[in-house]
Amino acid sequence: MVTVTIWGNLRAYTDGRATLEVEAASFKQLLDRLALDYPGLRPQIARGVSLALDGRIYREAWFTPIKPDSEVVLMPYMAGG
Amino acid sequence: MALDPTGKRIFKVVGTRPPRPDGIDKVTGRALYGADVSAPGMLVGRILRSPHPHATIVAIDTSAALALAGVKAVVTAADFAPQTDPTLRDIQDNCMARGTVLYDGHAVAAVAATTAAIARAALKLIKVTYAPLPHVTDVDAAMRADAPVVQAGRALESVPAGMPDNVTHRCEFGHGDLDAAFGGADLIVARSFTTAATHQGYIEPHACLASMTGDGKGDLWCCTQGQFNVRTICAALLGIEASQLRVTASEIGGGFGGKTNVFIEPVALALARKSGRPVKIVMARDEVFRATGPTVSSSIDVKIGMTKSGRITAAEADLRYSGGAFPCLTIEMGAQAAFAAYDLAAVRTIGWNVLTNRPKEAAYRAPGAPQAIYAVESVIDEACQKLGLDPLEVRLINAAKKGTKSSYGPTFDDIGLLATLNAAKAHPHYRAPLGPHQGRGLSAGFWFNFGGNTCVSLNVNTDGTVGVTEGNPDIGGSRAAISQMAAEELGIPYAQVRTMIADTASLGYNDVTDGSRVTFAVGLATIKAAQDATRKMCARAARIWGIDPEAVEWVDGAAVPAGPNAGKFPPLTLAEIAAVSFQTGGPIAGHHEFNADGAGVSFGVHLCDVEVDPETGATKVLRYTVFQDAGRAVHPAYVEGQMQGGAVQGIGWALNEEYIYGPDGRLQNAGFLDYRVPVASDLPMIEAVILEIPNPGHPYGVRGVGETPIVPPLAAVSNAVSRAIGVRMNRLPMSPPRVLAALGAKG
Amino acid sequence: MKTIHVATTVNGDAVEFICAPEESLLDVLRNRLGLTGAKEGCGSGDCGACSITLDGRLVCSCLVLAAEAEGAEIGTIEGLAIGDALHPLQQAFIDHAALQCGICTPGILVAAKALLERNPDPTDTEIRYWLAGNLCRCTGYDKIIRAVQDAAKKMRAA
Repeated sequence: MVTVTIWGNLRAYTDGRATLEVEAASFKQLLDRLALDYPGLRPQIARGVSLALDGRIYREAWFTPIKPDSEVVLMPYMAGG
Repeated sequence: MALDPTGKRIFKVVGTRPPRPDGIDKVTGRALYGADVSAPGMLVGRILRSPHPHATIVAIDTSAALALAGVKAVVTAADFAPQTDPTLRDIQDNCMARGTVLYDGHAVAAVAATTAAIARAALKLIKVTYAPLPHVTDVDAAMRADAPVVQAGRALESVPAGMPDNVTHRCEFGHGDLDAAFGGADLIVARSFTTAATHQGYIEPHACLASMTGDGKGDLWCCTQGQFNVRTICAALLGIEASQLRVTASEIGGGFGGKTNVFIEPVALALARKSGRPVKIVMARDEVFRATGPTVSSSIDVKIGMTKSGRITAAEADLRYSGGAFPCLTIEMGAQAAFAAYDLAAVRTIGWNVLTNRPKEAAYRAPGAPQAIYAVESVIDEACQKLGLDPLEVRLINAAKKGTKSSYGPTFDDIGLLATLNAAKAHPHYRAPLGPHQGRGLSAGFWFNFGGNTCVSLNVNTDGTVGVTEGNPDIGGSRAAISQMAAEELGIPYAQVRTMIADTASLGYNDVTDGSRVTFAVGLATIKAAQDATRKMCARAARIWGIDPEAVEWVDGAAVPAGPNAGKFPPLTLAEIAAVSFQTGGPIAGHHEFNADGAGVSFGVHLCDVEVDPETGATKVLRYTVFQDAGRAVHPAYVEGQMQGGAVQGIGWALNEEYIYGPDGRLQNAGFLDYRVPVASDLPMIEAVILEIPNPGHPYGVRGVGETPIVPPLAAVSNAVSRAIGVRMNRLPMSPPRVLAALGAKG
Repeated sequence: MKTIHVATTVNGDAVEFICAPEESLLDVLRNRLGLTGAKEGCGSGDCGACSITLDGRLVCSCLVLAAEAEGAEIGTIEGLAIGDALHPLQQAFIDHAALQCGICTPGILVAAKALLERNPDPTDTEIRYWLAGNLCRCTGYDKIIRAVQDAAKKMRAA
């Protein structure tokens, strides 16, 4: 079980909750689980999300392992210039 | 060799300032940029552009143009198969309007002819029948219920029901109880700001040379920040397999994010396919301004609560960005970056994207961040003035540090904000006296930086030199830095390493040169490729010595027995191993392919002194100092260059640069005379102070540096001007008429 | 189409070409003579990337008709180095990292050389005002000024 923080406008699809408990051991499992449990999140997940794991940002690495005590924060997929 | 990001390693090559490998080519005019090549049988391509900011294309009659002697092909949107993916469809529709023109300058048709003169004449013969539609170019006006609709049905699910059609996205970030936190403030400052769209202003216009054969193979030479991205997009738009299109990146005359997209390349390929001949398209300067990718324009409200002693208790912002006529997600970066420098218990940013009849936005260094941070740093400065507090001390009190929960969610690891603030505080600039009509401003700034998909191949030549093949166009001197890291890791002199940039057929995929990613990610891949090569060279040495490969290690450019039990053998240098590589197993190479993560954020602080002429409203920048955390400066001169160049772009953004649209919706200043970028006589020396707080995610501690420097100048200059004239400025650019108006209003 | 035959000198070499009446000298240098060192950044004389010298005078070649080159001495970036010996300005630009993308560099070098021929010991301000017609978007001009000063010093000592 990991605790995931999601950002403001996504909370409309999670009954207003900013943090969710999710059964997942990797980034991909986390995204699959969120898409399953919260259908409203699917469009954003399809557009892309990045994962901040204990402060380090992973743009799209599926197999990044997530420990139960990790800080997990979802972020929009990042773009630069 | 142990990887040591903690800073204790003694570097021999990293941190020095060797000459760049392409230096002689560039100072002699030998280097080949986008427009510098030609091909036999080449045609000249030119693009016809809409004079209307918004109109239905009723009909296009190309017959007269096709009939003109010397014209070999004409293309319109009908020559491109429609795309189902919305991102690709937007790119395609932007390259060639389909059914509707959405901004002044939007491409409508293109010709290829034997000479430039014939191509220009042919454009005049294309008859386009337009039915003009109402247009809107202002972001706040475009958000009103009665605004002309730029495109309907483009809103993401994030937009609340009932909002006008032009609103395509709403995002929100932050944490904490804002109402309670504002309640705890001694002073609340709420202000609104607007910033104009600006352009990256690269001196080299977009240029490409395309050829395609009838069986779907294509060759494209273009100035780009990402040849692999160009390949992906052009292959999709032309309906061919990516592997059939080879894209070669020329030397690039500036990009800054504006050359991470395609504009003319699919058009040139379509003309080449239709005519059966190579087609060269070079944009004219006015086309660059009208029809490539400027920044968003913005309208921002910021509210901050501060205690008497300078602690920010609450911070809130509503940011409205317009990325032009196509949906744009840059608002997400701006809304996340806005308060990123601060440790806040309660913070919320709400961001919107709104469509306007303007060109499609492209990144300009740290996309979305300069505007947001300009507004935030201006309000913090105003609060400091009202409370009589030192603006630098207030930043120090509130600065984010390791362990701070950022305003955009994650908790920070080691970051360099406190170090840069303290460096600014200790610097003589901060205490230098100011004269009449002079003011000092400061701003903190930030960018996320990222890693991305990267491939590097490192070949050990039999003469002892090493060739590094990477896939990222060199926009700031990165070839030198890559060579330095390879030399460092291999333990050989810099002069023995050659770094070259491959075309798309010669190397695996590389993300574009953006996100300040090259020194970090390509550098990291180079280090790993070098380690791959040294492992292989150790194995060769082991075979030569007849010992176990585990018993050999790489030290100072040579294979050596690892420990006294391995045997007594003199070191075998890279050159010696390379010289017998054919006989010991074949050519030796190392390589590495990955999607890099762990790029460290880069914080910066800028100090700016200005003098404002009360009669003309003109602002002179007297002194400017940039403090930035580079993690580890591989080539300090090029790190300084990024800091100075980005700062000057920000100064231009603050003082003079803006896209000016008239009521007719047309861009009025599509040239360098009236789009006024900083010139040499506008500026003082820009002092660059590099700090190094190593990034734990890179073996040498490297952080990206290229984008952060454009973020602080907007507020640093605005705060300086505001203090110099005694009026808070809230609109960019602060051109002389606006400063005079502010002085006049003050009375 | 009427064409004009032009005989001129470029970097000391006799050169002939044919051009259309409206063709600019920049177009001819790049497209007919293969001298792509001068760049078109704007086509309207605002950026200086096309800077050359015409009978010793610094000009924007995008604003010169090719026909005006008849009988004149043209100097381009390709004429700064002698063989493989770089001009002190070119060496100074490399030494001081006074270029990033390098697109403005040919124009700035031609302009700087023209300055130092008139004023071998310029102040920073004089350099900045002389180069005000050469836009650079990458460097912020700081290292360019330093490089020009360094080259000027070396040239005075030579």
